[in-house]
Amino acid sequence: MDDMYREQILEHSKHPHNFGTLEEPSVSREEFNPLCGDRVRMDLQITDGVITDVRFSGRGCAISQASASLLTDELRGMKVEDAKVYRKEDLLELIGIPLAKNPVRLKCALLSLKALKAGLYGVGHIHDDDEEE
Amino acid sequence: MATLSTFDVLALRREFPILQQQVNGKPLAFLDSGASSQKPRCVIEALDDYYRRYNANVHRGVYKLSEEATFAYERARGKVARFIGASSKREVIFTRNTTEAINLVAYAWGGANIRAGDRILLTMMEHHSNIVPWQMLAQRTGATLDYIGIDAEGRLCLDDLEQKLTPGVKLLAVTQQSNVLGTINPVALLAERAHAVGAKILIDGAQSVPHMPVDVRALGCDFLAFSGHKMCGPTGIGVLWARREILEAMPPFLGGGSMIEVVDLESSTYAGVPARFEAGTPAIGEAIALGEACDFLAGIGMDSIFQHEQELLGHALDRLASVEGLHIIGPHTTEQRGAALSFTLEGVHPHDVAAILDGEGVAVRAGHHCTQPLHRFYDVPATTRASFYIYNTAEEVDRLAAGLEKARKLFQ
Ligand SMILES: Cc1ncc(COP(=O)(O)O)c(C=O)c1O
Repeated sequence: MDDMYREQILEHSKHPHNFGTLEEPSVSREEFNPLCGDRVRMDLQITDGVITDVRFSGRGCAISQASASLLTDELRGMKVEDAKVYRKEDLLELIGIPLAKNPVRLKCALLSLKALKAGLYGVGHIHDDDEEE
Repeated sequence: MATLSTFDVLALRREFPILQQQVNGKPLAFLDSGASSQKPRCVIEALDDYYRRYNANVHRGVYKLSEEATFAYERARGKVARFIGASSKREVIFTRNTTEAINLVAYAWGGANIRAGDRILLTMMEHHSNIVPWQMLAQRTGATLDYIGIDAEGRLCLDDLEQKLTPGVKLLAVTQQSNVLGTINPVALLAERAHAVGAKILIDGAQSVPHMPVDVRALGCDFLAFSGHKMCGPTGIGVLWARREILEAMPPFLGGGSMIEVVDLESSTYAGVPARFEAGTPAIGEAIALGEACDFLAGIGMDSIFQHEQELLGHALDRLASVEGLHIIGPHTTEQRGAALSFTLEGVHPHDVAAILDGEGVAVRAGHHCTQPLHRFYDVPATTRASFYIYNTAEEVDRLAAGLEKARKLFQ
């Protein structure tokens, strides 16, 4: 457990980066975790195929908030094409805590990525299986 | 520390092999029995014995093993009947769990008795299992649903009940004990009121049958649903009890083997109760082991179990009151309240609370506990819940409180 609440996670969850919403986002998407009722919304500003600004909002556990905070840092300046194929492994590596054997917390960690992908692909529903394995 | 005088909890714990282990280097304090309880040796052995010694299908073979299995399966039905004070074992239908028992009533009884314009009355504290089947029935039939409100402490508003329980209501479906709030509802009174307007009453006993004496005749209810796995029994087995006259008049639920009398090509005649409602091969070993669980609980005494949990609850309410920023959702006293304690901790998300407690070897549940409407009522997305059972100790309550202090400091 103490593994899970490293300084970085606590820091990002207490003081998340890019928290809030955008006035007129190019893409805005909220995803919901039916297991615990948490939600994360991602707002993206896209200019010429590049993510120029990004915010997230919502509520959730330290893992989901820290993960969203870390992801938004990554996304700023990223090409949309790259963001579309951003791998969950990369996000998990950023988070840096062992979640592979913890399917419940994995869902928390990947909620922001799910919102990003669903927003960028404009699909109605990204099936949960995409995040499990 | 509270002294728990009612029975020898340490001796009792030795009957639960799973409790003898360490989690994250600490002895396991299992405080999630509201989700599913642990199993005593005798229940595990009953399952094992069935599969090793007399595994065979029931009601089908004329050979020794099948006779023995049938005898044990039907004897288990009798044990369950006795455990809940049923007047006949024919009133006991084995299902998979509470959820299936409620769905059985919604399809079979509901299909035959609920019409467009009829009202079905629920409460704001129901588990999704006692909401969704009624929504589906309402959609099929054109009936409407209504919910009795609760007050800030999580008690049913009896004024609201008077307002809503009027002629036109055909069914009142209510939990005897909330899995989140711990609130114990006055179901005998509710049964009387329901009957006075010509409604039937279904009691969700998932959280009451494991924890307190429940006597269906004393309660005067029409249906009672509960799960084996929350009362020291295995998963995959649950019970629907209903009054004989109601069952006799009810059409079947699932069709198939065992529930028929004569099958012709066009139609069939159905078996009597309870066989009519037990299509297909049942969970034989699980039913037998549930019978064993009933004997085990009855042997300790449901009054003593309730008393033990009341003492734990009292101690937990005291200890948690001193944790800064902790808010209990549900009654703040032990009066008419069972030992499920849900709470929020300011500044710490329930998932994080549960993960930090897990690190201390304390297993609790975090989430909405299958009660989204109730959580919406309190305007919280999720809570952390500690729920106690026969094998829990005051020392485990103290470890819970210490873990919560740790969580609070970490997120300060
Ligand atoms: C009050 C209540 N009703 C119904 C259920 C559903 O039980 P099961 O999942 O065994 O069908 C539960 C258990 O989660 C419960 O606590």
